[in-house]
Amino acid sequence: MAMLDRKLSRDLVRLWAQGLAIALVMACGVATIIISVGAYRSLEETRAAFYDRYRFANIFASAKRVPESLKPEIARIPAVGSVEMRIVKPVLLDMRAMQEPASALVVSLPQHRQSRVNRLYLRLGRLPSSRGRDEVAIAERFAKAHNLRPGDRFDVIMNSRKRSLKIVGIVLSPEYIYAIGPGDMVPDDRRFAVIYMSQKVLHGIFDMQGVANDIAITTLRNADESMIIERLDQLLRPYGGQGAHGRKDQMSHAFLDAELQQLSGMSKVIPPIFLFVSAFLVNMILSRLITLERQQIGLLKALGYGGWAVGWHYAKFVVIIALVGLVIGAACGYWLGRELTQLYAKFFSFPFLIFKQNADLYLLAGGITVAAALLGTVKSIRSIGKLTPAVAMQPPSPVAYKSLLATRFHSLHLFSQLTTMALRHLFRWPFRLLLTSCGTALSTALLVTAMFTYDSVDFMIDTIFFRADRQDATISFASDKSQRAIEDVLHLPGVIRAEPFRVTPVKLRNQHREVRLSIFGSRPGTRLNRVLDKDLQPINLPPNGIVLSQRVAEKLRLRPGDGVEIEFLEKHGSLSSVPFVHSGSGYATEFGVAQTVASATLPAVVGVAQNFVGLTANMSLQGLNRLMGDGRQISGARILIDRDQQPQLYRAIKSMPAIASIALQGLSYQKFRDTIEENIAIMNRVYVALAVIMAFGVIYNSARIQLSERARELASLRVFGFTRAEVSRVLLTELAIIILLAQPLGWVLGYAFSWGVLKGFQSDLFRVPLVVHTSTFATASLIVLLAAALSALIVRRRINQLDLVSVLKTRE
Amino acid sequence: MSDPVFRSINLTKIYGTGEVEVRALDGVTMDLNESEMVVLLGPSGSGKSTFLNIMGGLDQASGGQVYYKDLELTACNESQLTRYRRDHVGFVFQFYNLIPSLTAWENVALVTEVSRAPMTPDEALAMVDLSDRAHHFPAQLSGGEQQRVAIARAIAKKPEVLLCDEPTGALDSKTGIIVLEALDRINQELGTTTLVITHNAGIQQIAHRVLFFKDGRIEQERVNQNRLAPNEVDW
Repeated sequence: MAMLDRKLSRDLVRLWAQGLAIALVMACGVATIIISVGAYRSLEETRAAFYDRYRFANIFASAKRVPESLKPEIARIPAVGSVEMRIVKPVLLDMRAMQEPASALVVSLPQHRQSRVNRLYLRLGRLPSSRGRDEVAIAERFAKAHNLRPGDRFDVIMNSRKRSLKIVGIVLSPEYIYAIGPGDMVPDDRRFAVIYMSQKVLHGIFDMQGVANDIAITTLRNADESMIIERLDQLLRPYGGQGAHGRKDQMSHAFLDAELQQLSGMSKVIPPIFLFVSAFLVNMILSRLITLERQQIGLLKALGYGGWAVGWHYAKFVVIIALVGLVIGAACGYWLGRELTQLYAKFFSFPFLIFKQNADLYLLAGGITVAAALLGTVKSIRSIGKLTPAVAMQPPSPVAYKSLLATRFHSLHLFSQLTTMALRHLFRWPFRLLLTSCGTALSTALLVTAMFTYDSVDFMIDTIFFRADRQDATISFASDKSQRAIEDVLHLPGVIRAEPFRVTPVKLRNQHREVRLSIFGSRPGTRLNRVLDKDLQPINLPPNGIVLSQRVAEKLRLRPGDGVEIEFLEKHGSLSSVPFVHSGSGYATEFGVAQTVASATLPAVVGVAQNFVGLTANMSLQGLNRLMGDGRQISGARILIDRDQQPQLYRAIKSMPAIASIALQGLSYQKFRDTIEENIAIMNRVYVALAVIMAFGVIYNSARIQLSERARELASLRVFGFTRAEVSRVLLTELAIIILLAQPLGWVLGYAFSWGVLKGFQSDLFRVPLVVHTSTFATASLIVLLAAALSALIVRRRINQLDLVSVLKTRE
Repeated sequence: MSDPVFRSINLTKIYGTGEVEVRALDGVTMDLNESEMVVLLGPSGSGKSTFLNIMGGLDQASGGQVYYKDLELTACNESQLTRYRRDHVGFVFQFYNLIPSLTAWENVALVTEVSRAPMTPDEALAMVDLSDRAHHFPAQLSGGEQQRVAIARAIAKKPEVLLCDEPTGALDSKTGIIVLEALDRINQELGTTTLVITHNAGIQQIAHRVLFFKDGRIEQERVNQNRLAPNEVDW
């Protein structure tokens, strides 16, 4: 081993604690790159493979009744690959072990052949045949939740009749990787299922011989999707076509997309923070090392080593720390990445998992880390080159300090001399103070970012479940009914209150911008389901007009005074041109809407909507019915239940053919809370660990550097008779100031990061409000303070071990 | 001369163990009287600094006893030694050991803030003729000035003992003399018992008594009948 390398290895051994602290910060950067990029790639790859192998459709459409004879015509649309016409119907399940009814989607499977589109992955058993009239294949997650196996039976209410179905297969579908039941916000495997039966059998059950109500299409490469959708809509219009859409409006796909988007956001934000901090730390430790070894550097140069050779010697020190960080980070990243990907697999229904961990990812992470480390040391290493041997072997000139206050304030003596020492030293290097504070602030910010989700989700849950949707359950009819049906609902056992609603799919258009959503029509002054304005006050839906959620308004770029067009998808040809009227409230997304149907102009109404889930539009029931022009119809009711009579109600609903589904608010709420909290808890642990490592890395290193710079001073203080506690106070005062300065900055950064996270998380599915409680800021700071206290304790022990005699004998 | 301030009895200090054992002090017995100025002379490694460090409560002895008045230093624990240094001892070092982030005045005040009955920093600086440089930082002072600040800082608490390890070692003769004058003046005006280590044999002429160290022992002791003033010293 060359002598310089031997020196290097001893330096590393001597400075192992500081080196390790930096390596750990780097490891966080590496691990987060590998976790987020790795999980992103794995998830995307898995999804792509599943889609590809099981022919996930590109275009989806539903209609009332489409003759199967239309299929050749659909197939003739240019660039259409395969077409599958199916029956897809919502049904109620009667699970014996469950009091409340569960809902399901029943999907038809073609006879005597495999599906050309949305093929099923068969986990167990076989697919249902057309001969077995009671055969069904069920989604794996539902099977697991109820412990169902091929051969087991369960009851389904289909088209008014209860049927006992026999499970023949357990399957997974690319179409329902993420499957949400009606009224739910997260998947509930117990209460929602996708079940598959033979098309022939379903023809009979639903009285749909020769017709279908759902079309799934794969397209050829480079197909013009919007053109196909347009042609398809034209073809389906006479058959109650409800508007075709691409993958982006397909629920399962959209959820996965949102998840992927979040992961990619994480990979862009978090690793750079760690790499920035580690670059700074490396800079700090190396420049100190070089200052301490000035004379050795001079000696090496005097002995004939070139500037590059000596510079490379110190660069190697940094590279080795970076490599240690890389190894730790890669190992943790690999392990955590696997865990996270598996967690995704559990959350989503994938039949297989491609854990994508290419070497390039590690090379990328390694390259970035080493580069960041070296970047942090450029200045120090260049200073080696500039040092001439003669100068280097002289001790450096003493550090010049300045008074913090003007000379005339000298007589004030605001602080004790010990505090003055701490303050002057701190402000002697303001840039270092700034960076150290920034590093500490980033820890606080990371913690705020990790914990704010509790506050935001709490607020969101409170708003949704306790202010907006206050019903106990939502009943949906199999098809729209006359308003008199509300009387039947009221007569159900245990129903205390029932509020009717109508829902209809529409396309809202503003010039070329278009949003697919459902308009909900409710009676004005409803007490259960309320539309809230931005101050969360209920809006009384006026007889005419529309209230849009903020997201919809933004997507359509609608401003007061603009026009909007409504296309009712279930009532083809019903196109309404709607001018906006200013609401006068000054809030950009509050609208006044005047409606026109055919040639009738309706008066304008103002609408605001604070909505956190999905894209919504609300109207008064009366107004919606008038627009649709088909009489006084309702699609379902929101109900308040007498808890004591719940079992009777469930029994009654299970036997009511008119009811297609029931969404139970309490269970949705619980499931939503549990799922979100579980996810947040996992994320929280990771973030807290990261933040603590960062806080510790920054504070410990900064304290060690200060100690090294001031060992002589502090030893002198001990000689003069200052106690260990007093001497420690000098250093700890500096640390305390750095940490306290960092907190407000950390709060601001944390708030900004949180905002960024939400921005990245925002999709058409969720719009989480940014709410950060004071207690969250306080907790974040407290954790950082604890990490700081820990590093301070370690450094304090070093102060106690100061060798008074040897420090005083030598000249620095 | 009155009662001894220090008494050392058969003091030993051993560094290391076994083959690498070094006997830095090998049975030193001596008394140091009040208001006495004693110079310790001897080659490097003769044990002078070790002796001074133990007297100052900076180091622990391996054997024997040292008494400061009635206090047995060799039996004190760390915090008792800290207390002792704080209340009774002033130190002056070769490399001054000023706090660079504090001005001359503040360096002195650093000590007076925690002392029982100190003089003011201004008084202490006046004693070393540095009143006009009081608000300069160490980096703005010459070596001699820095050492005088160190002396002012050492004497500001009015210590019973002043321990000086090579106080002029880093200085030229002219500034060295100014520093010695300061030490001499303090010894005379305040009656501070002063122990000075030096390599410079000329300095012995200002002492009341000179102790010659060799191989960890006091090889020779001499009392100066005719002390010289610092400016008369043959540098």
